[in-house]
Amino acid sequence: MPKAKIEYKLRIPSQTENLEIIRFFVGKVAEKVGFPEDDVGKIELAIDEACTNVMKHAYREAEQDKTLDVAIQIDYQKLTLIVTDHGKGFNPDTVQPPDMKEYLAELRVGGLGIFLMRTLMDEVDYTIKPGVRNQVRMVKYLINRKSSKVVN
Amino acid sequence: MENFKIVRLDGTNLTTLKIIGFLDAHTAPTLEEAIQKLLDEEQVNILVDFKDLNYISSAGLGVFMGFIEEIRGKNGDIKMCSMSPKIYRVFDLLGFPTIYQIYERQEEALATFTQKSAPTSNE
Repeated sequence: MPKAKIEYKLRIPSQTENLEIIRFFVGKVAEKVGFPEDDVGKIELAIDEACTNVMKHAYREAEQDKTLDVAIQIDYQKLTLIVTDHGKGFNPDTVQPPDMKEYLAELRVGGLGIFLMRTLMDEVDYTIKPGVRNQVRMVKYLINRKSSKVVN
Repeated sequence: MENFKIVRLDGTNLTTLKIIGFLDAHTAPTLEEAIQKLLDEEQVNILVDFKDLNYISSAGLGVFMGFIEEIRGKNGDIKMCSMSPKIYRVFDLLGFPTIYQIYERQEEALATFTQKSAPTSNE
């Protein structure tokens, strides 16, 4: 894990065909930072779910030239993923994760992304300014990192 | 760039869909079309073989959720087999093993379909 804060950034068209590239980018950084394979998988899935939400819901069909930004910040024991778009945004209070018991009992469809993001990551929060800037920020802590001592 | 592929294997009363590659929001419609086609042909006994699937997101899981009610309503089922631990973890995280029959090996899954259609079954 690097000692200083490092940021990696990717700006990419908001289209689902780019999910694979986004997962690869984020997965490689998580791997390099020292996350175990299991966690790398969780981080890849979380970024996929966050970006899928933007691609499906943030922009209207006509706005296909829109982009989204993925930033990865590494700060000693902590990896932060930030997905930013400039679309219409949403009210995070109205998209509470589903109650999985009810969900499965009723064989519902969709809406699992937010549940997954909250389950896979240690922290998830939103900053929504419709049409200006919407951000989802997700944090994963590297608890079992290889080098336990860091001298700054 | 081909990142998702389906191989369809038709049996007498059962179709196996081998799904290969990455199943995400981009590729999920391909699987949706394949299952819809089976429904249109009134083939409702479906085994999905995950052996060569490397990745699944909620968009992929949503495809199964979207069909299961209709398929079971027609006395069929979607069963699953040969998931890697990574794929199974995603199913497990969401509690999906409580609603789908998931088998470790393809032969086990195939056998359950055979039992179901055999008239001598004493279930």
